[in-house]
Amino acid sequence: MTDALTLVSLLLVAASATAAVAVRDPARQALVLAVLGLALAVLFTVVQAPDVGLSQLAVGSALTPLLILLSVRKVRRRGQHEGGDR
Amino acid sequence: MSRRMRMWVLATGGLAVAVLLVAGYARLPHFGGAVHPYGERAVSAALARHTANVISSVNFDLRAFDTLGEETILFGAVLGTVVLLRQTRDEREVPPAPAEVAPPVRRYALIMLPVALLTGLYVVAHGQLSPGGGFQGGVVVATALHLLYIGADYRALEKIRPVGTYEVGDAAGEAAYLVLGVAGLLGGSAFLANTLLPYGTFNTLASGGTVPLLNAAVGMEVACAVVVLLARFLDQAVEIEEDNGSAMGKES
Repeated sequence: MTDALTLVSLLLVAASATAAVAVRDPARQALVLAVLGLALAVLFTVVQAPDVGLSQLAVGSALTPLLILLSVRKVRRRGQHEGGDR
Repeated sequence: MSRRMRMWVLATGGLAVAVLLVAGYARLPHFGGAVHPYGERAVSAALARHTANVISSVNFDLRAFDTLGEETILFGAVLGTVVLLRQTRDEREVPPAPAEVAPPVRRYALIMLPVALLTGLYVVAHGQLSPGGGFQGGVVVATALHLLYIGADYRALEKIRPVGTYEVGDAAGEAAYLVLGVAGLLGGSAFLANTLLPYGTFNTLASGGTVPLLNAAVGMEVACAVVVLLARFLDQAVEIEEDNGSAMGKES
């Protein structure tokens, strides 16, 4: 039973990690990264590392995507301004 | 270097890493085996010092020095962000306009804010007893505050988040860890040694000697660090704009 759970969460991690690489738009990539963080948190919990799972949940699926989204917004805003000047 | 040459260098490096990895993995104990030499020693050390969460015992007692390094990495990273993302001379601050928020989003964010905040504080406070601790809880506390940005707008968030205070809190958390370490050196036996305080009753909030104190110091440091980090990013994304005059001057 535990082996099946481990296998499922490993596959989930592999699938979402591949998706995170395949998606090209950074804003969408941030969202896929949040899903990957969630999948990793599940995997860590299944292999009995709930402490690491909690860290992964807090950092990987909340903080990192948020920082990426904010950076994307900043870069896009600057691009818009330069476009307006020309 | 030609393209062909670069591919050869890449292939050689990749092959070497692959060989090292396979050689390393081949000698690992099998997945889910019954023999855990490190685990058994860590568990008995944690139980001897009345720390219910063995991971916290490893982080804040057995390897407290290691955690000091990790905490300092975060501190240094935030310091670097503060320096890099400051408002420079050719940038100006544009106050953000009040934003329209859909009522369900506002309701959800304002209900979740206290819940998430309390959850974060609980995770910090119970680090020595249950999964979690200063790092995990600190991040939850800091991100919980930012639900106000989703539920209201940036100006509301800025009112409850004086960045200067959180910068001081960040430094105070880092300093508290160091002071506790030096206290262990002066009053006990060694830097960060857990011999200073009584170990207390097993599985209560005050158990584990210096573990809850170090845990609280990390919680404070991480919560303040993440708030400052997000504040710098938010300032750049929402408020700070490049000054048009000098931007045009640079282009011409």
